Amino acid sequence: MIIELGHYALILALVVAAVQSVFPVWGALKSDHRLMGMAPGLAVLMFLLTCVAFAALTWAYLTSDFSLLNTYQNSHSDKPLLYKFSGVWGNHEGSILLWVLILVLFGALVAVFSRNVPQQLRAATLGAQGWVSFAFLLFVIVASNPFERISPAPLQGSGLNPMLQDVGLAIHPPLLYIGYVGFSIVFAFAAAALMLGKLDAAWARWVRPWILVSWIFLTLGIAIGSYWAYYELGWGGWWFWDPVENASFMPWLTGTALLHSAIVMERRDALKVWTVFLALLTFSLSLLGTFLVRSGVLTSVHAFAVDPARGLFILAILLIFVGGSLTLFAWRAPLLRQGGLFAPISREGSLVLNNLFLTTACAAVFVGTLYPLVLEAFSGDKISVGEPFFNLTFGPIMVPVLILIPFGQLLAWKRGDIWGVAQRLTSAFVLAILATAGLVWFMGASTTSIMTAFGFGLAFWAIFGSLWEIVDRSQVFKIGFARAMARVKGFPPTVWSTVLGHAGLGITVLGIVTTLAFESEHVEVMHPGETLEQNGYHITYENSWTRNGANYQELVSQYTLRKGGNVVGIMEPAKRAYVSSGMPMSETSIATFGFSQVYFATGDTDENGGIVTRIYFKPLITLIWIGTLIMSLGGVIALLDRRLRVGAPVSARKRKAAKSAIASAAPTPAE
Amino acid sequence: MTRKQKRLGLIGLAGIVLGAAVGLVLYGLSSSVTYFQSPTDIVAQQIEAGQRIRLGGLVEDDSLDKSGGSVIKFRVTDQAEAIPVSYKGILPDLFREGQGIIAEGYMDGNGVFIADTVLAKHDESYMPKEVYETLKEDGHWMEEEQAAAAEQSSNVN
Repeated sequence: MIIELGHYALILALVVAAVQSVFPVWGALKSDHRLMGMAPGLAVLMFLLTCVAFAALTWAYLTSDFSLLNTYQNSHSDKPLLYKFSGVWGNHEGSILLWVLILVLFGALVAVFSRNVPQQLRAATLGAQGWVSFAFLLFVIVASNPFERISPAPLQGSGLNPMLQDVGLAIHPPLLYIGYVGFSIVFAFAAAALMLGKLDAAWARWVRPWILVSWIFLTLGIAIGSYWAYYELGWGGWWFWDPVENASFMPWLTGTALLHSAIVMERRDALKVWTVFLALLTFSLSLLGTFLVRSGVLTSVHAFAVDPARGLFILAILLIFVGGSLTLFAWRAPLLRQGGLFAPISREGSLVLNNLFLTTACAAVFVGTLYPLVLEAFSGDKISVGEPFFNLTFGPIMVPVLILIPFGQLLAWKRGDIWGVAQRLTSAFVLAILATAGLVWFMGASTTSIMTAFGFGLAFWAIFGSLWEIVDRSQVFKIGFARAMARVKGFPPTVWSTVLGHAGLGITVLGIVTTLAFESEHVEVMHPGETLEQNGYHITYENSWTRNGANYQELVSQYTLRKGGNVVGIMEPAKRAYVSSGMPMSETSIATFGFSQVYFATGDTDENGGIVTRIYFKPLITLIWIGTLIMSLGGVIALLDRRLRVGAPVSARKRKAAKSAIASAAPTPAE
Repeated sequence: MTRKQKRLGLIGLAGIVLGAAVGLVLYGLSSSVTYFQSPTDIVAQQIEAGQRIRLGGLVEDDSLDKSGGSVIKFRVTDQAEAIPVSYKGILPDLFREGQGIIAEGYMDGNGVFIADTVLAKHDESYMPKEVYETLKEDGHWMEEEQAAAAEQSSNVN
């Protein structure tokens, strides 16, 4: 009954989406207030209906209702409660329903919070969001319906893939989808602006919070996915340039570009057409990613069970939306009023460079991801494009970005003085050189290559160069510490968001460079009582024993990690066998020392009680994820900027000004 | 500068960056991609020792040899040819004889494939796409129903 209710709600949501797709847009184009007024209510209704559907599916999982094909195939009554819950999206049908839920959530959020957006733009935006919602609701109902029943109902489900029975599944997909799908609303705003033929600086101010929210979640989603893969897969890798990772990374790159170009648009009324193009492009890449993940056209660790019909359906959605939006863009963009002008050496100029490099980097990732598909289609040759290609192409493109970041922060709007900025950055440059020398000395000068030292230098330059903005703005050397602190307290949030965003990037780069250059891997067969000396640690294999978990049995191996005679860690990697499926699964054991980690995984045992032990030393690896957290924090602070707050009440002064204006210029038509 | 000059400057700069990126991408695609080969391809083409390739096929039954401690030996077959593989490390959890895998590495001079990465499927219903297609092309892949039918007919006989 509950299942059918959910199914019915989903179909109703599709009907609402159809209405939403047509009438508000029609109303916006014909300035019909009644039709436009329908949009917010419909968006909220569609969200509520999808919530009912999602709740019904969740109910089926929590109560282990195996009369549902989806729960039968992907769940098991022995599963711990958390994995019953997260298992809802641990399969294709459930995850695409979560995708749709987040899609309609963004529509509802715009309906509720973007009250300061003019009615016409809001209605057209929600209408455009309705198109996307309609396409994906149709896809769920027709090609991947989670509410299909089986009869007779089996007594037990076949269980969830053990790799997904981890807290990572509870966090990574929802965060990633909020980021991924959040760009749909940005896409809708862009499509609406094109339809209405009106695009000004205010548009950027209304859209920027949505770009920021999506970007923050996408950043966190990618970072958590990376950490999950790192500890779960047991290979010690944190990024594989896997097609599916690239699929989420491409919208991140264009989304980051969009974040910056929208600032130029808001402040200087320039780069308008380009910003709209980026908005369309970013969501198109999100759709491309969805297609790549779910069609099975590429070999990837994320493969869902593949059904060609689904692939074709998503390909059709992709082609309609990419083709349609590009056509709309080609047709309407020339009608938009030209934006403002600016000098090449200025804040705007540096943001244009940022956009140029980020989109070029995205293009390189795009080619590397899709080239194997194209080559196979034309020549039949099967190739894989892996890390060497991306290191060679993506790496060099990022070098100028890191060099230019501190300059961009200090350049003035309109007309900057590059030599003046260079002078102001001298101290930051000296600091970066000193820090690089210190780290090279610490890691061992003889083992550090020139390229690694250059990488350290770039990272420290980005960190100190971006932090220097605080010192520079506070004028601490001119006015003394106490008055400088007062100035620092008065900084607008945008200063902090920029500094944290850029310094976070530098910290991530520092982690990446150090890990790549100094990580080491050791594979040994160890017998009980055997001690190994490696990287200054004494590692003793104590013994192994079996332990029963909730729905698995595991062979735990215990190692003692000593440094200078002191025990610094007890490591217990394990090999699990899941009861329901019999599937084996390795559990790694990781010890963190400062920012560095020692990582253990075990393999097979031999006849003499020996066990294959894989030990990784990963210097400063946690900086990779700490940096992304700092970047996201920068995004959160940017959201706090009063000017951006959606639905923020008008400030008291403005209200007063408006009142006096009304008083002096009565009679005024009501809003 | 006039509007036109500025625009030309911007287009020029974008052209330089994009040109450099195109150069990098082309160079990368010519030098650092790995080709997927089946055991038959390797035997037929006499692949140069040391060249990075991906070898895909099924792990031959009874070929797994773990006596070398952390160095594991097995053979990868496409039912026509088989290539011995040597791998130092921990095999993926779902590595089993008779199962499709992809190994990445190079041929040494003596006809042994030295693997540094071994990928197996990540769940029971997933087979690396390249392996599946190659086997299918060569007529060695049996769909589940076919396999069941074959088993049944052999039982009848």
